[in-house]
Amino acid sequence: MAFSDKTRQSYQGVLQGLKDAGLFKQERYIHSPQSADIEVEFPEGASLRKVINMCANNYLGLSSHPEVVKAAHEGLETRGYGMSSVRFICGTQDIHHELERRVTEFLGTEDTILFPSCMDANAGVFEAVLGKDDVMISDRLVHASLIDGIRLASAIHDTFKHSDMGHLEQKLQMYRDKRYRLVITDGVFSMDGDTAKLDEMAALCETYDAMLLVDDSHASGFIGRTGRGTHEKCGVVGKIDVITTTFGKALGGATGGCVSGRRELVEMCRQRARPYLFSNTIAPVVVVGILKVLDILTASTERRDKLEANSAYWRKGLTEAGFILQKGDTPIVPVMLFNAKLAQDFSRALYEEGIYAVGFFFPVVPQSQARIRTQISAGHEIPHLDKALEAFKKVGKKFEILGKTKQEIIEKYGM
Amino acid sequence: MADDLKNVILNYVVAEYLEEGADPIGFDTPLISGGIVDSFSMVSLKRFLENQYKISIPDDDATPEAFDTVEKIADLVQRFTRA
Repeated sequence: MAFSDKTRQSYQGVLQGLKDAGLFKQERYIHSPQSADIEVEFPEGASLRKVINMCANNYLGLSSHPEVVKAAHEGLETRGYGMSSVRFICGTQDIHHELERRVTEFLGTEDTILFPSCMDANAGVFEAVLGKDDVMISDRLVHASLIDGIRLASAIHDTFKHSDMGHLEQKLQMYRDKRYRLVITDGVFSMDGDTAKLDEMAALCETYDAMLLVDDSHASGFIGRTGRGTHEKCGVVGKIDVITTTFGKALGGATGGCVSGRRELVEMCRQRARPYLFSNTIAPVVVVGILKVLDILTASTERRDKLEANSAYWRKGLTEAGFILQKGDTPIVPVMLFNAKLAQDFSRALYEEGIYAVGFFFPVVPQSQARIRTQISAGHEIPHLDKALEAFKKVGKKFEILGKTKQEIIEKYGM
Repeated sequence: MADDLKNVILNYVVAEYLEEGADPIGFDTPLISGGIVDSFSMVSLKRFLENQYKISIPDDDATPEAFDTVEKIADLVQRFTRA
């Protein structure tokens, strides 16, 4: 036993420091299936409160869809619960292979490999396909999981200013001497809800002989005319060399992720990606659920169409009420409050009004860009959005920020 | 010469790393420890200096501390220019 009092106190000091800085994260316990209406226990021990969920990644409202739940039940009966093995020993069922084939078809790529999560896909892909003679050039606002994967690779790493194509071109010129150049971006950026300029990026990559990797976790299933993702929206299906994405958001919301793209790159992951080699893959019950999700999405675009309409309705309502929103046209709608304490207080006041929406502040977003990130779902009905809108207006009025400029809010509450 | 060098570095840092409307920086502003520049992004500055001044800065010397202010970066460049 080597966890001495001194060691314990030292960790307690660190945790207290997080609390003092207002950075301590606390879970809220949900006692119902994930959906637009949930029952929440918060803080721990408090009586349950029925609230409207405005912060889930449940974009298509499929997390608790009856057909998906039914399929998962059947999967549990026919394929069992666990695999007790990594893929290449005895952990691959026919349904894993089937899901890889279906995802390839859905995304319009050449091949796909499943990972336990998209975090794992991003952790594994760079090390598997690049070496020390190569360069990775990433947008400065890419997701934390891409940054972690980049850190694990031996290739050198540089960045370009967020969505700045001129700056990206400079970097591509600067690294012409490298063996492989890999440009890395999110499809839809999770904190701001804006979309990467994949058409321009694909053209630049063509010019400078670079590969392009897109994490489309906040896009797969609903961005683009038939929901294939950001590459469909930007008209570059077939031109993205690697797409990483998750099944933990719109595509059923359970677990799992994948790397999908050029056949040889996917095969390199199968041979070398450590999270694939040294961890069990997605559980059979979840695989069958995802297959059902793909059935639903290929049969009809109804859900992504509804999501698009809901997002436009929500954005319009908040704008007319006098809130400052981050520009964009995705279901991620950040309501800008600029001050971290205001974002936390605003979130608490919304909760009192029956609306569950969380505040984000530094270090998750840059200093003085604190916000409430709202996320719209096809599971929301117009009465949900109207009720949420009324609550936002009431709380906005209470804090006297409606119709105010950024400067005025900062003058009142500080940076 | 020393101030010219510092100005070249300062101008590069401003153009490369600062967002529009950011507070101005000086020769002694902490860049990495001050959260202005991500240590990850310093690779382009290193490459710029190496190309500009025809030097080679070994990775062991290109530490976050050595790149923390324009002043320190200029010292580093001068050290390798003379070497």
